Amino acid sequence: MDKRHHIDKTPARLDFIQSLTGFILALFISGHILFESSILISNDAMYAMTRFFEGYYFFGESHPVIISFLATAVLLIIIIHALIALRKFPSNYKQYKSIKNHIQSLNHHDTSLWAIQVITGFAMFFLASVHLYTMITLPNHIGPYASSDRVAGGMMWPLYLMLLFSVITHAGVGLYRLILKWGFFEAKEQKCMKQRRALLRIIMYLIITFYLLVGIFALAKYMNIGYEHNYKTGERYHPAGVSK
Amino acid sequence: MSKERVLKISILRYDPHVKGDKPRMETFEVTEAPGMTLYIALNDIRKHIDSSLKFDFVCRAGICGSCSMLINGKPALACSTLTAKLGEEITLAPLPTFELIGDLSIYTGNWMRGLNERLSTWIHNEEKIDTDTLEEKMEPELAEEIYELDRCIECGCCVAGCGTMQMNDNFLGAVGLNKIARYQLDPRDKRSDEDYYELVGDEDGVFGCMTLLGCEDVCPKNLPLQSKIAYLRRQMVKIGK
Repeated sequence: MDKRHHIDKTPARLDFIQSLTGFILALFISGHILFESSILISNDAMYAMTRFFEGYYFFGESHPVIISFLATAVLLIIIIHALIALRKFPSNYKQYKSIKNHIQSLNHHDTSLWAIQVITGFAMFFLASVHLYTMITLPNHIGPYASSDRVAGGMMWPLYLMLLFSVITHAGVGLYRLILKWGFFEAKEQKCMKQRRALLRIIMYLIITFYLLVGIFALAKYMNIGYEHNYKTGERYHPAGVSK
Repeated sequence: MSKERVLKISILRYDPHVKGDKPRMETFEVTEAPGMTLYIALNDIRKHIDSSLKFDFVCRAGICGSCSMLINGKPALACSTLTAKLGEEITLAPLPTFELIGDLSIYTGNWMRGLNERLSTWIHNEEKIDTDTLEEKMEPELAEEIYELDRCIECGCCVAGCGTMQMNDNFLGAVGLNKIARYQLDPRDKRSDEDYYELVGDEDGVFGCMTLLGCEDVCPKNLPLQSKIAYLRRQMVKIGK
């Protein structure tokens, strides 16, 4: 047998890149939710966080363009991830009907989790794009008041709420599936594999619940600030002791 | 002792070879006996209620893989399914994907043969075998690992439990991927990494697998399908990087 024959390496690369981009995005969102939730600590904490990401503590002045740059990078990674993941979507009615019937009749936990990935992933084509476009074009409109105004007065909260549910679920389930797909944390014995998977699933649900709660509370806080502050939409926050 | 249960077994009846036959559900009542398996229940039905009911059995001990069917929507072997573990109402249907002979009887043989031919599931070794010399030794651990994967009975449960298969008829399924994992382990098989990649390194192979793990959860032989597919995926990514 000829051992040097040509092989098409693209399927291997696509599979790997899908997982890698998914992993990067999951890491990103796990940081993102925590950072934006600094509003739960105080306005000043969130303000400091904003300044940090604008590079204030590195350059001595704020560069919101850093946020634009980061958001563009995230959008690009999402586009790559979505493009590759599209391979796995049912692409015609026959496939859709067949997989839907399979999911319902098999009533199998991990198969159903995949369905959630497809639904939330599809939703984020639209939800995440809107959010990222705002971040790319208006990076200087982030802060305790500016963000709250966008959430409340700008009527972004329904979108953010849907996005929050989609992204946290998608990232949580995605990380769990990534672990299984590539064989991390496998039990040594086959008979323990199912227990291990059940354990991973519990951890996954705990992480999803934690992030959802933090995210919902943070969103509620932004809405609260936004509505209380609504009469002065557009006003920027200045921490005590810092001159305008 | 608790009262005897009367099982209501609903079976999807259809014979594609009978002109004008239409798929329909038929329900049979069977009095449960201690230690009853679906194999016994189905034979009971055929013997006492409807002799035209078609279903397959050979070994009735979970070894031959003939009696795989959808039991309440989940692929399993009828002979190793105790009715005591099921409710009073049981639904049976033939495994999808495979050619239907009639009722619960399916023809897995031609599908499996096609798969084995496609993957060349035999040892590839061009050296001439000298039957007068001793075989090369193999570590017991390795032999056991290979044997473990060789326990596959080709019942088709993993194929029926696979979501990918629903959308891609050409997918190899866990049964095919498991076989390649088995031959790749075997030092007697001289196929190169590239040869294996050519067999499973695409979306009909390991990269089509979406890790829904239906296969792992329905395999009646408890084969390590999840970990072997993950292993194969890592191997193929290494080759394809």
